[in-house]
Amino acid sequence: MIDIQISSSPLNIAACIDAVVSPDCGGVDIFIGTVRNATAGKKVLRLEYEAYESMALKEMHKIADEASRKWPVENMVIHHRTGVLQIGDAAVVIAVSSPHRAAAFEACRFTIDTLKQTVPIWKKEIFEDGETWVAAHP
Amino acid sequence: MKITLLVFGIVKEILKNRTMDLELPEHATTADLKATLHSQYPALQQLAVYRIGVNGEYSAENAVLQDGDEVAIIPPVSGG
Repeated sequence: MIDIQISSSPLNIAACIDAVVSPDCGGVDIFIGTVRNATAGKKVLRLEYEAYESMALKEMHKIADEASRKWPVENMVIHHRTGVLQIGDAAVVIAVSSPHRAAAFEACRFTIDTLKQTVPIWKKEIFEDGETWVAAHP
Repeated sequence: MKITLLVFGIVKEILKNRTMDLELPEHATTADLKATLHSQYPALQQLAVYRIGVNGEYSAENAVLQDGDEVAIIPPVSGG
């Protein structure tokens, strides 16, 4: 089972875990990306996420398919948030189940690392004295 | 021919627009589109790098555009 979603509502972390648990699996690995309160020592007030939703969903499916080819993934959930997020909010949840833990760890790591490189989603950091689209400028 | 241009993130601010229709010469490529945009919006050239999406897929360099294509300017992504 692969479940990919982009949502402007808060992510339900417990539901993501429940969705991947399987009697065939001995491990669930989960990555939760959360909003940090500072970047390079500068206080962050909040983040704003924007997605090219139709393409982002396609790219996330490609990642899940590739992870499933590389490792024996039983179930995978990738949920990404958009809109205004406060410090501590979950921006992304990736949950993976596999018969054995090594594959679950590796597939989860591969998924978040690739998502950060290929999925058309952007975040803007709002500071006390301005705002910056992350990674936009060299 | 006419394409629909979608912009996101920093590019939306540079172009001051979310979506626009753009008239291009027949057989225009993604490189032609970049050149057109750079002359109208020099700030685009200050970006780290950006890619072009055509109909929801990353395009190859110099891909030929077709009438009715949905073309997205994709600045460096920063999801997660």
